[in-house]
Amino acid sequence: MKICVLVKEVPDAAVEKKVDPSTGRMDRSGEKNLNPYDTHAIEAAMQIKEGGSVPVEEVVAVTMGPDSAVRALHKAVSLGADRSVHLSDPAVAGSDVAATGYALAKTLQRESPDLVLLGQQSDDGECYTIGAVVAEHLGMPSLTQVIKMDVEPSESHPPGGSGSLRCERQAEYGYDTVQIELPAVISVGDAINEPRYPSLKAIMGAKKKPLDTVTASDVGVDPAKVGGDNSGAQWVGAKPPPAKAAGEIIEDEDTGETVEKIIAWLDQRKLL
Amino acid sequence: MANILVYALHYDGAINKNSLGAVSEGAKLAAELGGEAHALLLGEGVPQDLAASLGSYGAKKALVAEGPDGLAQPLVDAMAAAISGGDYKYALFGGGLLGFEIGAGLAARLGAGVAMEVTNVRAEGGELIAERPILGDSSISEIKYRSPVGIIIGRLNAFEAKESGDGPAVVEQLSYELSPQAQQSTILVRGEQRGADVDIEGADVLIAGGRGLGKPEGFKLAEDLAAAFGGNSAVAATRAVVDAGWYPYAAQIGQTGKTVAPKLYLAAGISGAIQHKVGMQSSENIVAINKDANAPIFEFSDLGIVGDLNKILPKLTEAVKAKKES
Ligand SMILES: Cc1cc2nc3c(=O)[nH]c(=O)nc-3n(C[C@H](O)[C@H](O)[C@H](O)COP(=O)(O)OP(=O)(O)OC[C@H]3O[C@@H](n4cnc5c(N)ncnc54)[C@H](O)[C@@H]3O)c2cc1C
Ligand SMILES: Nc1ncnc2c1ncn2[C@@H]1O[C@H](COP(=O)(O)O)[C@@H](O)[C@H]1O
Repeated sequence: MKICVLVKEVPDAAVEKKVDPSTGRMDRSGEKNLNPYDTHAIEAAMQIKEGGSVPVEEVVAVTMGPDSAVRALHKAVSLGADRSVHLSDPAVAGSDVAATGYALAKTLQRESPDLVLLGQQSDDGECYTIGAVVAEHLGMPSLTQVIKMDVEPSESHPPGGSGSLRCERQAEYGYDTVQIELPAVISVGDAINEPRYPSLKAIMGAKKKPLDTVTASDVGVDPAKVGGDNSGAQWVGAKPPPAKAAGEIIEDEDTGETVEKIIAWLDQRKLL
Repeated sequence: MANILVYALHYDGAINKNSLGAVSEGAKLAAELGGEAHALLLGEGVPQDLAASLGSYGAKKALVAEGPDGLAQPLVDAMAAAISGGDYKYALFGGGLLGFEIGAGLAARLGAGVAMEVTNVRAEGGELIAERPILGDSSISEIKYRSPVGIIIGRLNAFEAKESGDGPAVVEQLSYELSPQAQQSTILVRGEQRGADVDIEGADVLIAGGRGLGKPEGFKLAEDLAAAFGGNSAVAATRAVVDAGWYPYAAQIGQTGKTVAPKLYLAAGISGAIQHKVGMQSSENIVAINKDANAPIFEFSDLGIVGDLNKILPKLTEAVKAKKES
């Protein structure tokens, strides 16, 4: 089986994220890193590969983004991916979720994966939805927020069938268990695993693993369907959130004193 | 005409509260656009009267589709069929998990623009503008649609359910075809409740614990504090610790948990992710204890304590007890 993992480069957690007030696009200067939620997707792929219930030939990291996004791919490879694919093209810049998902689906199509894994959200975009968009374009079943996933090699399938997944996730009314035939697109929740740290050797070797840089036309993306100007959702303005009186903050230095302050605060509001 | 198609999630014979909110919102917006709001329900044998009841929230028509319940892709098929056979300019979803998946799939199917986590929608010049907070709610983007159909996915509790005083909706059966991908998923178990059945919705004081409690036993600190408050107090949790099996699902606050508004909500070791915030932000008094001064929860708490909960909670419990006894 072949697994593709979608990964994204995002501003580092320590960088204050801002939008450019003239375009509504994210200001992407400053330190960047692999989207932390994607490390769970890579780990999930590695656990399937190492688990041995089905043979995994390859784990391929795939991203769409500017030149600097190769660093996210290097990180993905240092965490275990065998090689990576980078869709890099000015034509896709500024794409909305739907257009991004379309371009990623086209990039994935070339790879014919049996399983596509994603993170539950990107730390900057926070759309939670790329997986469902990608699945629709690939005509594959999909599920998001999966926190347990078992691969079941299928006896009922003739050789060549890739089996199925048994997935668990929390939805509106409690936990659901869903059986999904492969190939499929799965977004994993951050409770699915504890991602490993890359070894120094893996970090050093990451740049030597194969990296395929492709353009929109290489993967058959229709340029009329991508980019900021062709996106169906159009950013027309921004405003600040409603002002809220800042809360009181206590730095705990002397815990006895801190607790006295909390009690006084609660007492004043008749909460005791 | 510019009609709005609203997804109505239902479970166990009742319509989801966020879907009722979306129907009310859709009816209001459709009226401003000079159209109607129609609701779509999918399931195995959806009761006619359940569908018709959406009329009292402003839906003129309720489309009922037969299909497997609890999964998104059959709904993408059904909603796409309804949209191709009707005069719809927008599809609207209340907050929730399935709505995100259906809305995104539908956007891909129709080549439509989509905005999610929408907190407000307004009609202007015959079009809808969706307001979407971004970057941890630090800014609100305004989104319009270029595509013939625009998809709007609300944030949890963003749209209020209001009875409109209208009579029952006209119920119509919708025929549609299941796509191959929709036939490749089977729901084996739905709505499994994990852990004890606790009640947090009625509590006046909620002590909520998150990953910062460190381990399942860490909840003892929260339970002791709740006990010290006594009376109508209870312990609640984040999804992170519920998924990890530290605390029962019934105690979870947030997007896929409960929505609460106690007199006092005290968070211990909770970062304050949007999906948690949406379930508790209406609490009267919000107190947070977190060792990270940059934790998002401090942005919306009335009293924030930057410090180690392991040091603070035991002493606070003693002090609350002492105060109560005095
Ligand atoms: C579709 C979707 C639905 C979701 N639904 C929900 C939902 O219903 N409810 C929900 O809660 N979440 C939900 N989430 C998850 C949410 O995004 C967060 O992941 C989750 O709320 C984080 O939980 P947490 O605050 O316990 O953990 P973390 O984010 O890990 O935060 C732990 C905090 O504890 C602090 N801490 C650590 N040690 C100490 C100490 N000794 N003293 C003091 N502070 C300490 C840390 O500084 C940190 O801020 C959902 C996510 C998605 C994508
Ligand atoms: N530009 C991108 N390139 C590759 N993967 C992406 C990209 N954007 C989002 N993803 C994937 O989609 C997931 C969900 O992102 P989002 O829908 O933006 O919250 C992320 O965790 C990534 O796995």
